[in-house]
Amino acid sequence: MFQEILGIIAIFLLAVVLAIPLGKYIVKVFKNEKTWSDFIAPLEGFIFRISTIDPTEPMDWKQNMKAMLVLNGVFFVWAMLLLLTQGIHPFWNPDNIAAMEPTQAFNTAVSFTTNTNLQHYSGEASASYLTQLLVFCFLQFVSAGTGIAALALLFQGLLLKQSTTLGNFYNLFLKSCTRILLPISVVIAIILLTNGMPATFKGAEQVITLQGDTVSIARGPVAPMVTIKQLGTNGGGYFGSNSTHPFENPNYLTNMVENFAIILIPIALVFAFGFYIHRPRLGYAFFCVMTLLFLLFVGISVSQEMGGNPMLAKMGIDITAGNMEGKEVRFGTAASSMWGVSTTSTSNGSVNSMHDSHMPLSGGVFILDMMINAIYGGVGVGLINFFVFVVIGVFISGLMVGRTPELLGKKIEAKEIKIAALIAILHPMLILVGTALSSHLAAGNGGEVGYGGSAQWLNNPSFHGFSEMLYEFTSSSANNGSGFEGLGDNTPFWNIACGVVMLMGRFLPIIGPLAIIGSLAAKKSVPQSAGTLQLDSYAFSAVLLSVIIIIAALSFFPALALGPLAEYFMI
Amino acid sequence: MAKSTQTGLFEKALVKQAIKQSFIKLNPMVMIKNPVMFTVEIGTLVMFLVTGYILFSGDTAQGSFTYNLVVFLLLLITLLFANFAEAIAEARGKAQAESLRKTREETPARQVSLSGEIKTVSSSQLKKGDMFIVEAGEIIPTDGEIIEGLASIDESAITGESAPVIREAGGDHSSVTGGTKVLSDKIKVMVTTHPGESFLDKMIALVEGASRQKTPNEVALTILLAGFSLVFLLVTVTLKPFADYAQTPITIAALISLFVCLIPTTIGGLLSAIGIAGMDRALRANVIAKSGKAVETAGDIDVLLLDKTGTITIGNRKATHFFPTDGVDSTGFARKALVSSLADETPEGKSIVELARSQKVEVRQVDASRWRMIKFTAETRTSGIDLPDGTRLRKGSVDAIRKLVECAGNQVSDRTLTKVEEIASNGGTPLVLSENEKVLGVIQLEDIIKTGITERFERLRRMGVKTVMVTGDNPLTAKYIAEKAGVDDFIAQATPEDKLQYIRKEQGEGKLVAMMGDGTNDAPALAQADVGVAMNSGTQAAKEAGNMVDLDNDPTKLIEVVEIGKQLLITRGTLTTFSIANDVAKFFAIIPALFIASIPGLQSLNIMRLESPESAILSAVIFNAIIIPLLIPLALRGVAYKPIGAGALLTRNLLIYGLGGVIVPFIGIKIIDLIVGLFV
Repeated sequence: MFQEILGIIAIFLLAVVLAIPLGKYIVKVFKNEKTWSDFIAPLEGFIFRISTIDPTEPMDWKQNMKAMLVLNGVFFVWAMLLLLTQGIHPFWNPDNIAAMEPTQAFNTAVSFTTNTNLQHYSGEASASYLTQLLVFCFLQFVSAGTGIAALALLFQGLLLKQSTTLGNFYNLFLKSCTRILLPISVVIAIILLTNGMPATFKGAEQVITLQGDTVSIARGPVAPMVTIKQLGTNGGGYFGSNSTHPFENPNYLTNMVENFAIILIPIALVFAFGFYIHRPRLGYAFFCVMTLLFLLFVGISVSQEMGGNPMLAKMGIDITAGNMEGKEVRFGTAASSMWGVSTTSTSNGSVNSMHDSHMPLSGGVFILDMMINAIYGGVGVGLINFFVFVVIGVFISGLMVGRTPELLGKKIEAKEIKIAALIAILHPMLILVGTALSSHLAAGNGGEVGYGGSAQWLNNPSFHGFSEMLYEFTSSSANNGSGFEGLGDNTPFWNIACGVVMLMGRFLPIIGPLAIIGSLAAKKSVPQSAGTLQLDSYAFSAVLLSVIIIIAALSFFPALALGPLAEYFMI
Repeated sequence: MAKSTQTGLFEKALVKQAIKQSFIKLNPMVMIKNPVMFTVEIGTLVMFLVTGYILFSGDTAQGSFTYNLVVFLLLLITLLFANFAEAIAEARGKAQAESLRKTREETPARQVSLSGEIKTVSSSQLKKGDMFIVEAGEIIPTDGEIIEGLASIDESAITGESAPVIREAGGDHSSVTGGTKVLSDKIKVMVTTHPGESFLDKMIALVEGASRQKTPNEVALTILLAGFSLVFLLVTVTLKPFADYAQTPITIAALISLFVCLIPTTIGGLLSAIGIAGMDRALRANVIAKSGKAVETAGDIDVLLLDKTGTITIGNRKATHFFPTDGVDSTGFARKALVSSLADETPEGKSIVELARSQKVEVRQVDASRWRMIKFTAETRTSGIDLPDGTRLRKGSVDAIRKLVECAGNQVSDRTLTKVEEIASNGGTPLVLSENEKVLGVIQLEDIIKTGITERFERLRRMGVKTVMVTGDNPLTAKYIAEKAGVDDFIAQATPEDKLQYIRKEQGEGKLVAMMGDGTNDAPALAQADVGVAMNSGTQAAKEAGNMVDLDNDPTKLIEVVEIGKQLLITRGTLTTFSIANDVAKFFAIIPALFIASIPGLQSLNIMRLESPESAILSAVIFNAIIIPLLIPLALRGVAYKPIGAGALLTRNLLIYGLGGVIVPFIGIKIIDLIVGLFV
């Protein structure tokens, strides 16, 4: 038990320690300074030349957002095209997998473009090697790059004074992929490969078991995909069962490495923020606010899972190993809880245990984690979400100290508050309206009303079924992509509803804050005085924490009360 | 500072008026300006319809008639409380304005036509550009500028200051205010405002709330509050399908109660009252702000420009020391200094007499008619007296006296020169006294820094405001006084252009600048400054250019204005925090109550152990309603501002209003529940 705890502490400490130098390196990349990775420059130059893009052209926030949307639009069309035609691709389809059903293809294309990687399909049964690599693996790189590049624009905007241009999205996007994601991926992939993860183009292996049955074992180019799914906070697994599958996560060491990869870049970007704006203390302060919540959530989840299920104890079953339902024996409860909180904090969405089978409070923590969606958060976008909380926090605390609120010297006025409020509302709106719609449909389905009802997609009625629907929409809106599972979600309703929610939950929370940044960058900078509120103070950290808790907890309290809390109190 | 009469927070007459207004303000067209309270009004209307439906149909699926009626009445009371807060603030402003308006009552005016004819008309008939005359004992009919003559005027009616002031044609003290009384002499005045458009008229309209525009921060806060309301609207509306799924029927009354409790009604109801009260506080400090924005901006000021004379130092320089040269005894020197200044009417001359007398030096009564006063001229740059015995006493700057002395073949001793330099470098002004072209010694003139001003600058510094002294003195003197008074910077030998340049430079760095001024040549700088406070005694041009007018003509008033501005923001911020923090307790009251039937497990969330679902919901709604009137005094007086630095202030307010806002409703709702439990 002690070893289990030690294992998760090691993962966290390793990530934090390595995130500091990585953060410094990321700043150099963003600022176009000299780094060891400059040998990649010719390749980048070649890509820009053939796509006739001038990476040095300064663009204002609107041009940058247009660039982002056009680029992502192309990725979406590319994904749709390949998914709908994969049955007739001439090569890299040894298992002859057919084309995807259109609503499922839509959901999947949206899911991978938006860095959500919600999977209403099982990779081994529904995707050819070609789509696995050219759609899934490719999109997991570029969608992560999109998020990081958007954050780089935000960093730059905070430093600018009376400027309309922010930087060049194309340049930041490509460099995020080639200089940040690619090099780290190579290192991680090699570690995973040496631990037994397959990477092959051969088709499924026919094996005759000891019992004499013939079993078909799916395989393929697993290692590269698993690496980027963790690093880019994507979470789109090669197999349906994601990182619980022995090929996607062979042993305890690979589990540690993958979990480390999940939180590495999100944490490094928080530090990078401080380094970029020459206020490392502020980066550390934000990190502390996030970490406080992160550790609290890990603590709750670990204690719940290690404690085991009291219902089983009442039946006289030994629960000393903790709540092992839905978990892999090679990882145990603590590592599963740590992973669960990591993956929901960072909008990663890969799983190494079934979240559906976690204890109610542990599952509730996962949902709350995605409702906040800014504890480290997805690469780039997590800190952008956090920025919205910062704007609101700055506004309220600015009033409380009797000075027109200012963020790093820029006045926060009606225009910024309007955008921040709309973006802050968006996430609860998508989740609550989505869940309300599905609850309504579930309640009315088959003429039977209520928890005993039998909506076709609900395998677990009652509070748990409610949690599953709530989880699905929360995961979609947070661009997380994990599922509570147990939900029959490959239906047109879930495919389309989640697709729309993913699109809105991805792009609006990038465009809104960037609009704020565009407006802030154009403002004069107010010099500091004794009346200026220090953002790296304890007091402001407390305000930030309260804003996060109030917006997330208060708006979701009734929903959580009806799902995980009701279930918890029932036990 | 002279304060006008203090109005009690809840005077009977005002309360009566405000109660009436509370009902009038229920008009949806008025209500819609406040999005938070407007949604409450819609909820109240829905409850009215539900209650009516139950009364006529007898259908009790939505709860009993009494229960629904009580909820409806509680919501109505919530609305009325919020309206009352705004109405009482307006009533207080009006009362304040009324006392000003009393001075504007119809007064006869003796109008002078262009041909010189004089006819008596009513003050309301005077138009801009008309001329009238006023004599001792008469009331000045309207605002204007003296074009002929000089008079002493009692301005106590608007400033509360009993000492009369001198106003004269030309110069920077030519403006007179309607309602004030001429005590001596006769003046001819030109009307400078249209009827009903004088500063007082504008101010009255502003405090009455009629022409009050929302300030920028208030607009931003309203948006944020609307955002919060929208989130809670979503929470409430989606709860219905959630509850249907959980097979728990939720009554309309319960949903609307939940919604009204969650949205920030406390701050929503008090927001405009806070704004009006801020203007009112400015007015009580005898400052007329042209807009609420000006008061709010004052709270953001980074740089404060202050005139040295009258603000930092007391009026003019004073003699503080006599330094006789070798061979002159000190009593003799003091007597000569006294004699030389006996007939000198300048403030410096008077202060020399004062200093000599304080050293027990007196002169015999003499026949002053035989003395010859030598006035200061630009040519000699000295002044003094010729005595009947032929003694010539002269005083002046070292250069002027030196010229005089050396022409007569005498020398100025090194000791004198050293003394002169010493005085100058210490910020004083040396005045050399000579008798029959021989140097007697040096008189030290010094600026006397007002008592308490250093502390006020220290207070400003802790607020983060940089103080800048503006003076015509040379840089050396200016530097000395600046250091002694504790200002952060100074502009020496300042011309109006220098002030303007300085303001532009600071603004270029993103800072907000405030200044006070009274002269016409201050007008460009007053207009350029973010907060320009013109003195009421100043010229019309200065008053037009600034965005505030100080009726007391007190240059240190800016400090109070800054604090009023900060208080305004702090009151809004802390009450917003309090309002939102209250939601935690309300959730714990209402959510378990909603699901008690279908999900008994959720009773564990009922940590307050409230009696029954109905009493829990009623208690939360009652608490939500009565917290508004309980906070009205705080909204009107404003949350105290303490210059303890932004971090410490935030911690303090966060503990009181944030943590307090979480805890207070738990206690409040529990107590109300105990009382409600007796009846339900």
